[in-house]
Amino acid sequence: MGETREALRTRAVAKRYGPVVALRSVDLSVRPGEIHALLGANGAGKSTLVKILTGVLAPDSGEIEVGGRPVAFRSPADARRHGVTPVFQDPALLPDLTVAENLRLTGTGAADVLERLREMDLTPPDFRTPAGELPLPLLRMLDLARALAHRPALLVLDEITAALPSDYAERVFAVMRRTREAGGSVLFITHRLLEVQEVCDRATVLRDGRDVDTHVVAEGGEDRIVAAMLGDKAVGAVPAAGSTAARPTGEKLLEVTDLGDGGRLKDVSFALHAGEVLGVVALEGQGQDELFELLAGDRRAASGEVAVRGRRLAGRHPREAVRHGVALVPSDRQEALLPMRSVRENLALPLSGRRWGPIRLNEERRKVGAVIERLEIDTRAQDEVRRLSGGNQQKVAIGRWLVGGFDVLLCFDLTRGIDVGTKHQIYALLRSIAEDGRGVLMFTSELREVPMVCDRALVMYGGRVAGELPAAEADEGMLLNAAHGLTRAEEVG
Amino acid sequence: MTAVRARDWPKVDRSLLVLVGVLAALVLANGVIDQGFLSAAQLRNTLLVTVPLALIAGGQTLCMLTGGIDLSVAMTATAAAYVTGVRAADGTALAILEGLAVGLVIGLVNGVAIAVFRVNALIMTLGMSAILTGLLTVGSQTFLKGATRMPEFVRELGGGTIVGPIPWNLLVWLLLGGLLIFGLRRTGLGRLIYAIGGNRRAARLAGVRVASVEVAVYVACALLAAVAGILIGGRGGSVDLQLAGSYLLPSVAAAVIGGTSILGGSGGYTGTILGALILSVLDTMLNVLNVDEAVKQVLYGTIVLVLAWVYIRTSRARTGDR
Repeated sequence: MGETREALRTRAVAKRYGPVVALRSVDLSVRPGEIHALLGANGAGKSTLVKILTGVLAPDSGEIEVGGRPVAFRSPADARRHGVTPVFQDPALLPDLTVAENLRLTGTGAADVLERLREMDLTPPDFRTPAGELPLPLLRMLDLARALAHRPALLVLDEITAALPSDYAERVFAVMRRTREAGGSVLFITHRLLEVQEVCDRATVLRDGRDVDTHVVAEGGEDRIVAAMLGDKAVGAVPAAGSTAARPTGEKLLEVTDLGDGGRLKDVSFALHAGEVLGVVALEGQGQDELFELLAGDRRAASGEVAVRGRRLAGRHPREAVRHGVALVPSDRQEALLPMRSVRENLALPLSGRRWGPIRLNEERRKVGAVIERLEIDTRAQDEVRRLSGGNQQKVAIGRWLVGGFDVLLCFDLTRGIDVGTKHQIYALLRSIAEDGRGVLMFTSELREVPMVCDRALVMYGGRVAGELPAAEADEGMLLNAAHGLTRAEEVG
Repeated sequence: MTAVRARDWPKVDRSLLVLVGVLAALVLANGVIDQGFLSAAQLRNTLLVTVPLALIAGGQTLCMLTGGIDLSVAMTATAAAYVTGVRAADGTALAILEGLAVGLVIGLVNGVAIAVFRVNALIMTLGMSAILTGLLTVGSQTFLKGATRMPEFVRELGGGTIVGPIPWNLLVWLLLGGLLIFGLRRTGLGRLIYAIGGNRRAARLAGVRVASVEVAVYVACALLAAVAGILIGGRGGSVDLQLAGSYLLPSVAAAVIGGTSILGGSGGYTGTILGALILSVLDTMLNVLNVDEAVKQVLYGTIVLVLAWVYIRTSRARTGDR
């Protein structure tokens, strides 16, 4: 490998955010004239690596070489000068400026961009239009054309096809192939394994912040990629699995019918029964965020309805959902906690929200004390929740609803970034909530959790429920395939 | 991992002790500079000016705890006092109620605009202040024309003495100040004020009607300002349009000195009280030293800016973000 000068080469690149290690050590090499796929499950470190390669973030350690020369990007502009040009999933054009003004901002020739668009077989829009008024797929193609106009040595495409219609995606593939023929290189980040098979030469798989496998796509196949993404499946002991009853028997607590948000989420229907932990599995951006926001009453549905014990929710305010017994524990603890307040105030927040008057100190002390004991919350730093460990913070976020009361607990990726011990405590807690006759709906990016905690699992893909299967039969490979839209899960179940 | 019983009261903040120390030092310095400062008469004077400031700053503290601010407090105080003065002929009780009603309306408008229509608090209350100035200027010539002498009861309440150095207005403040401290520490509403200042989104997701809490806060702030305005008017005996103008910056300063975060979510009224006392004693000292008014303004402005900067520095250092 040493004799050819790689378009891009990294050695032992590492990055941590505070206590969280995002990248442990990544060696990646992209050859000239190669389309290279970068793959990995959620949280494997793809985004961090892309940010480092495009000059958005600086690595803590490790080396990066472009065209055989060591580089240390100071900014995205610096990376572009070295020939590394990214196109991201979210369009980078400023919506209030016209297309022409946007191009001037990055010093891109308008004629050049026009030519690229024609090459892609697209009708160029009027460049005097504000970028915000153009349809999203076209904006993304404009972004791509702008990137191409800089004649990059390495084009980094970060999930650019994620929300593109298939005819546009085909155009992107054509651009990638032309770039390869011209001797340029492409680093292609995607969740869609079919696309990898179709256009990529080699693929590198990240897992837990390391590169675990690099192989020639034609020789590997999907099985090898999925196996690399999952790693050693035997990690971690499996606690008492959920009930194996494929068909839930309890009362319907939450019933969702044809729910849509007018955007990504379309026609979602399912029911959550008393005594059940229902898992939701999806890749990033398949509508799960929107689904949980709608259920928590944080935004209004555009179509369909949500009913709790037969009573319809209007979705005006989270308060409505809370009153009906539907409580959300968000994945981001910054969305749940009052960082400067005490453990006690954080736990008692639902009580305070219910009654503006004098606090019933005895009742509060009793309820808060019981939850602290039940969840074994470490109260040594109880005066300010932000000083607690991540696991203890998450316990406080869940414990709040044990104090406040609920029938349905919505858990969005609760165990992300939490130590193994606390994870298992949380699993046990969710199971015991279900055994009390309440319901839990949990989205998880850790597929291993599905057979461990859930009774059933829904797989979401492209804003819809793509399938449903009993958790006892749901191994990670099957879930991962379903989540990639490869197999129809309902045929399995 | 043992479950320690959660405490009812947070332990006394070390910064409050520092404030007490600063206050004691200032009082001592004042006593040395001016032999008369520790006399009953001078103490009474200091209390007389501190009480209205402590009330206005109390309202300001509430707004700042939610992450907002009320720049219309001075004009609210003036407007309430002016209406009470002009309406003295309606009878004392009614005149006071009319003054308080002015505060209520201003607070509601501020609160609804900020909480429901999401107007920036700074802009909304600055605009409200300008509108009130204009309305009062026109009003004093037309619909609010008349004598501006405060009713006898209000004059006694605002400037009279119970015994020795204890003025009547201290009683009003003990009542309202006690209510504020209790309200912030021991009621659901108080908890919610801290909650929405600390993390609006978390409060919303926990089912808190953030807008209602905010409206309540701006109403409470305007009412406190109205009471303070009426007391200030009573102290002077009659009212004019510049009555409470000089209280705006000190009301923010007292809260900031007392450790209430300009970003919301932490602080409290105890600190604000100490801040108000420190400012009053400092003001007295500067007067005795015959320092020019312009220099005093520069000094107060500097104190606020330096403390705001120090606060943001320390809170960033603790959370570790840049």
